[in-house]
Amino acid sequence: MIQFKNLHKRFGKLVVLDGLDLNIKKGGIFAVLGPNGSGKTTLIKCLLGMVIPQKGDIFYNDKSVLKKWNYRNELNYLPQIANFPPNLSVLELIQMVKNLRPKESNEQELIDLFGLNDSLNKKLGNLSGGTKQKVNLVLTFMFDSNLIILDEPTTGLDPISLIHLKELIQKEKAKGKTILITTHIMSFVNEVADEIVFILDGKIYFKGTIGELKKQTNNNDLEHAIANLISKQYA
Amino acid sequence: MLKILKYSFYDLMRSRWSYVYFLFYLLLGFVLLFLNNDVNKAVITLMNIIIVLTPLIGTIFGVMYYYNSKEFTELLLAQPINRSKIFMGQYLGISISLTLSLVLGLGIPFVLYGLFKSTAIFNFSLLLVVGSFLNFIFVALSYNIALSTENKIKGFGYAILMWLFLAVIYDGIFLISLVMFNEYPLDKFSLVATMFNPIDLSRILILLKLDISALLGYTGAVFRKFFGTNLGMVLSMLILVFWVLIPIVRMNFKLRKKDF
Repeated sequence: MIQFKNLHKRFGKLVVLDGLDLNIKKGGIFAVLGPNGSGKTTLIKCLLGMVIPQKGDIFYNDKSVLKKWNYRNELNYLPQIANFPPNLSVLELIQMVKNLRPKESNEQELIDLFGLNDSLNKKLGNLSGGTKQKVNLVLTFMFDSNLIILDEPTTGLDPISLIHLKELIQKEKAKGKTILITTHIMSFVNEVADEIVFILDGKIYFKGTIGELKKQTNNNDLEHAIANLISKQYA
Repeated sequence: MLKILKYSFYDLMRSRWSYVYFLFYLLLGFVLLFLNNDVNKAVITLMNIIIVLTPLIGTIFGVMYYYNSKEFTELLLAQPINRSKIFMGQYLGISISLTLSLVLGLGIPFVLYGLFKSTAIFNFSLLLVVGSFLNFIFVALSYNIALSTENKIKGFGYAILMWLFLAVIYDGIFLISLVMFNEYPLDKFSLVATMFNPIDLSRILILLKLDISALLGYTGAVFRKFFGTNLGMVLSMLILVFWVLIPIVRMNFKLRKKDF
């Protein structure tokens, strides 16, 4: 479904992606992991067209995405930091995003799920970080797309919302969708991810299921297995 | 693009600062008319304020809006919209809301005072047109600076420096060069040098339409000959349009390669 081919990206002297190749097939939950600054967000932003790679190509449904924008109607993206225009209300923001995408949406269901009904007419500038993240989630999940990209989705969420989020992810997976998640919370990965993509130094260092990772690193605990992967590099 | 424009505009129209800006002009208009008791004189005083203030406010609003809405812009960039449409929408949203503050803030007191019966109506409209141009120019310039500068503080600094340069330093250099090259004929040079600074161009455009240009002496006469005619007027307006268009073109060029 998604192919990254020989992707290179440099920011000045800093090489972030160094000839990265990755194939992601349709369906399932993929956790993109790696130490801080390993290029997870850059990889995702390349796919979204926000970062323009120096070399290489990206294919989504067998079509190159570079310099195009129409394909973005077929994917949902949850950005890392939720920061919205402070003077718009939640409802206006939802209307606006709906307005920008010619697509069916089911925002009311999600608003009920996250208990946002009381906040709908509040201005976004007055919302707490966690509530903003909930609005962010509503904006991401309200459209029906085959690909869902979540960048640090758990930030600031309370335990109940976290449970809702996990349910939501499972529900989307059951519909046969592809979900890409970046996170540093290993228990979350352990619970939801089908496959792990581990990035180190701008390349794919490991790709496979959690079981395979544990076997390869001789570790029964995911957190330690990942730490093992990282420390091998530093050693 | 229109959708982005609409929401940027709504967002700004509800921000406290748009109201402060609007109320400032409203107050300024009333106070000037009250003190001068004469529309013509008020227009002159107003010109001195507008020429410096609108570029400053346009610059500050431009950089502030860009950096404050950075994360939100990222959200928009992930939507199926063309990049340049997002930024053009934001740019027009800021420029139009600032222009509205200016036109309404000054328009209301002058209309109430009896502008339509006064002879100053043409001069006053010219003032508003030039003020609006300055808004569009300086928001575009500051957006360029913000797009090219990742660091917020640096971007802000550069933008203020740009304003300071065009509003104050440029005139200083201009004057010094006039004194230094006193022996040479300078009328062509000064005419051209004026074109390269939208603030100067606006100032002279208005000054010459008002009846105080006799104070300007010989160079004034050359300027008068140029700007006083319809051709000069059209040409200077055209240059102001270029001052809007060139930054916009550069903005779109920059956007094509920019990483967010």
